[in-house]
Amino acid sequence: MLRYLVPLIVFLGVAGFLLKGLELNPREVPSPFIDKPAPSFSLPKLHEPEAQFASKDMLGQVWLLNVWASWCVACRSEHPLLVQLSHANIVPVYGLNYKDEPDDARNWLRQLGDAYVSSLIDYDGKVGIDYGVYGVPETFVIDKQGIIRHKVIGPVTPSALDNCVLPLVRKLQQATAQTVVKRTEVEGCA
Amino acid sequence: MNSLKIGIVLLCLFVFAPPAFAKEAEYMVADPEMEKTVNAISEELRCLVCQNQTIADSNAPLAVDLKNQVRDMVESGQSQSDIIDYMVERYGDFVRYRPPMNTSTMLLWVGPFLLLLIGVVVLVVNLRKRTTVIKNDGDLSVEENERLQRLLAAESSAPAAKHGNLSSQKAGEEKS
Repeated sequence: MLRYLVPLIVFLGVAGFLLKGLELNPREVPSPFIDKPAPSFSLPKLHEPEAQFASKDMLGQVWLLNVWASWCVACRSEHPLLVQLSHANIVPVYGLNYKDEPDDARNWLRQLGDAYVSSLIDYDGKVGIDYGVYGVPETFVIDKQGIIRHKVIGPVTPSALDNCVLPLVRKLQQATAQTVVKRTEVEGCA
Repeated sequence: MNSLKIGIVLLCLFVFAPPAFAKEAEYMVADPEMEKTVNAISEELRCLVCQNQTIADSNAPLAVDLKNQVRDMVESGQSQSDIIDYMVERYGDFVRYRPPMNTSTMLLWVGPFLLLLIGVVVLVVNLRKRTTVIKNDGDLSVEENERLQRLLAAESSAPAAKHGNLSSQKAGEEKS
């Protein structure tokens, strides 16, 4: 009996691990930056390159930083949702134009609509590296104290927006300096 | 005759020509010593978009950027551990090509030895079982033992029957 039972149990164990493996995404690297201060930066704006945007100017409000590029295909599919979000006036969305030609980027926004309060030129990708970006698009949720509370890897989907990003943003907007809101408090972000 | 001469000359040219080796293009680096440090650190860092390569091995754009970042940091005088800490802060332990030992990687480090241990235990248990089985097989009952003794005795008292040559045996059979 045992002779047949042992291989069966071993098989089920291996099958269990493999089944779990099917659900995991090996390309997804969890950001260790969650709940850490967002690296500060100062970059020229895409539409007025002589003006600088400093991340510390955003202290005191909740904002989204969306990393995008005109060469990024997934950004194209994500963009209509961001345009919608910008019309809803819930939270300011800033774009980090990652390793892109400014002319291409401007054309792209003209074609697809500009979802950003402002896009910032990260021509050599240095700020991207500072933020631990390893693919585009990525979207950071940054709170009033300048702390990264969430990061969406890949395109923001409608369900991720409704179940995680927006509820989290609302909580963060209601929070005072004394209360700490973590993304674990929003069910959809788990 | 002329063509033969040309042939010989050509052959000599081929045989005695100094060997030419293709050289890999060398990077134009200001400081080869520093480049060595950069490479050594790059060997420790995983390329995030091509997962099973180090950033030293990979030509993916992100890997090149990270290498440049490492170079900048080396240039500004930061140590290897500073640079690796910087990368881990941004990309997590995942970025280290050799994972550190901590609670989340414990199973990774201990797992193979655990499996080995289980294997050895199974092997020892099985081997023990097998020797007991052999011993039991070797244990004869009293009757079997008597039969064995009888057979052995019969064998030693009549060796010719078995070991005699074939022709004499045949002859004996014909007689009877």
